[in-house]
Amino acid sequence: MLTKKVKKRVSFLTIFLALTVLGVFSILKTLDRNLLYFKSPSDVKADQNISYTKKLRIGGMVKKDSLKIDSEDIEFVITDYKNEIFVSFKGTVPNLFLEGKGVVAEGILNDKGFFIADRILAKHDENYMPPELKDIIKDVK
Amino acid sequence: MLSNIGNSILFFNLLLSLSIIYFAFQELKRNYNFINKKIYYISLIQSTLIIICFFTLIAGFLISDFSINAVYQNSHSLKPTFYKISGTWGNHEGSLLLWVIILTIFSFLFLVTNKNHSKKYRVYTLITQNILIIGFIFFILFNSNPFDVIIPTPNEGLGLNPILQDPALAIHPPLLYLGFVGSSIYFSAAIASLLTNYSGHNFARSIKNWVLISWSFQTIGILAGSIWAYYELGWGGFWFWDPVENASLLPWFAMTALIHSLIVLEKRKQLYFWVIILCLLTFTLSVVGTFLVRSGILNSVHTFANDPSRGIYILIFLSLMIFGSLSILFKRFKSNTYNFNYNSKETFILVNNWFMIFYLFTVFLGTIYPIVTEVFYSQKISVGPPFYNTVIIPIVILFLFFMSIGPKVRWIKDNIDNLKTTLMILLGSVLINLFIFLFFKSYSLLSNLILISSIFLIISTARDAINLLKNKEYNISRIIAHFSFGLLILFIGLNYNFSSEKDFNLKVGEVKKFENFSIKFKDLNLKEFKNYKAVIGTFEIDDFKDNTKLFLSPQIRIYDNPSTLTYEASIRSGLLKDFYITMSNIDRSDYYNIKFQKKPFMVWIWISVILISLSGFLRFFKYENKIN
Repeated sequence: MLTKKVKKRVSFLTIFLALTVLGVFSILKTLDRNLLYFKSPSDVKADQNISYTKKLRIGGMVKKDSLKIDSEDIEFVITDYKNEIFVSFKGTVPNLFLEGKGVVAEGILNDKGFFIADRILAKHDENYMPPELKDIIKDVK
Repeated sequence: MLSNIGNSILFFNLLLSLSIIYFAFQELKRNYNFINKKIYYISLIQSTLIIICFFTLIAGFLISDFSINAVYQNSHSLKPTFYKISGTWGNHEGSLLLWVIILTIFSFLFLVTNKNHSKKYRVYTLITQNILIIGFIFFILFNSNPFDVIIPTPNEGLGLNPILQDPALAIHPPLLYLGFVGSSIYFSAAIASLLTNYSGHNFARSIKNWVLISWSFQTIGILAGSIWAYYELGWGGFWFWDPVENASLLPWFAMTALIHSLIVLEKRKQLYFWVIILCLLTFTLSVVGTFLVRSGILNSVHTFANDPSRGIYILIFLSLMIFGSLSILFKRFKSNTYNFNYNSKETFILVNNWFMIFYLFTVFLGTIYPIVTEVFYSQKISVGPPFYNTVIIPIVILFLFFMSIGPKVRWIKDNIDNLKTTLMILLGSVLINLFIFLFFKSYSLLSNLILISSIFLIISTARDAINLLKNKEYNISRIIAHFSFGLLILFIGLNYNFSSEKDFNLKVGEVKKFENFSIKFKDLNLKEFKNYKAVIGTFEIDDFKDNTKLFLSPQIRIYDNPSTLTYEASIRSGLLKDFYITMSNIDRSDYYNIKFQKKPFMVWIWISVILISLSGFLRFFKYENKIN
């Protein structure tokens, strides 16, 4: 027969394990919901199941002569030299945001050719390229 | 010349470490109860030499000796003297030298300050610590040597990244390293304790000070980094859950858990193996942090020069360390049964540790998950702040309540007798929160709960303080730490809910009106400075709600060496609120992109963290007096 002490311990352990499993499960679930996928314009075009509600990052080059600015919005085109996406953005751009330079935009895809960004990322170094972008440029050359 | 001195000292120190290990093993065979003076002398010489070595490197930076690679890569003859010096540890190679200095000095200090502890335990600690020192000197000599020579000698250096030319960032690495690397000494002590069976109360006492001091420095080091990010990165935030930031937070969680469970070991001689695990974990996480930051495996917003070969070395070192310490741990592990009453101080301290481990696990998962997906699915992802906020914030609410109740509970067993006061304090907190909610601004349920729980912690701790003063029993450090943690969460909550922010594009002379603000872009000037040119904008800000008018002048700085642009935020700090403005040029057009922010209680967030760190130092000095 199980003593009272052992019973108590078993029930404690069961509850503890159940809580841990539940905890880990919900953490992983949240993690999955908050992942930011990185895509190039060509990835976006090729991806059949792309989400229009989840945030993602799009990287490529700012197309030459595509930049339009007024007092509220900044609009430009991100290209990977094969495909391109039109981007609309409200907010601060880094100083090194220039036409013909690399850029990573974070936001939501409206349709496959139109992206609403809420953040533009760039490094502080003129020669810097995001690691993801390097691969894209390599593919092109 | 300087590089020869530096290299020889490093090599000589390697030999000294080996000789310490050799003599230490000899010492174990002798029966007397003191450690041979010889070992003290070698350890002292080792510490002195490594400091001289560091000064040699500083000298190299000061006289701009560009034959030294680290100087060439990170300095420039026109750079201000202060940043020439801070450039010494502002780069990977120099910071590793700093790492070895702290390892060495802590090794010596531990040897001389623990004379009343078992000889075998001290000798094994010394041996383990010197193995770590050897590992890192090897790393420096064969992979990341700051004294590498360039032939022919270049005429001019490449300069230090301008965003690193900053006072907060000059002191950030040394402070953080004292925490990070300081944890090595209790890693070594834990190994020694396992090998020599020197456990319980005495072991706890011998490492307590070291845990306190490293924790305090870690706290203040993280703060220095946060303040820097706030005014230098131009986003106006102070924490971004970026992998590099997380790397400094992971050991902090482990240290905080350790500080608490160490009290149980000291007072009740329990939780020994858990304390050992935390000791091992803290330093392991520090090395993991260094690996993540220096290998360049993670995509971070913070720039670090990185090189995969370093990553491989650290990874090998790390695996050896983890494998070695785990195998010793499993060999010595004895399962103990702990019989804690659920309503005792021991249980509440364990609860603190569960929370810490939960935070640690969450942050760790979010930080390394992108590596996992990259390696196994070659899927490029990043984990954003929403993940951390959703998982951590609800748990913080619970945590704050436990933090308020825990310290009052007695050892071994307590009765529930102060339920009435607790409920009164809870009611008070709810009312204060309701007041803020109704009279100032409404916010989400989660924010309500965060504010209530932090106010609850503040009042509970204040009440404890009054009771303690009556009884003439001072545990002032704990009170300060818990009180300021309450303040920290409260001010972060208020700051989050009451900040206003606006991005817009302006040309010189234009005015932007929104909500209760009017912002005028008055003029734009170009000014030459010693090592950069600055485009300085002047903005006139009217806040109609507060009837304040102020001028802010953000800058865009153009550095030539290396050629970089930085944007300097202009901030007006006050006790109640900060006004914050940054400007950036958009693709060399006439439009400037302006980011304006009004952020309440920023200063109080910094003050809270300073107080938390101070509480650690206070306890350290108080404890020091008690021993002697």
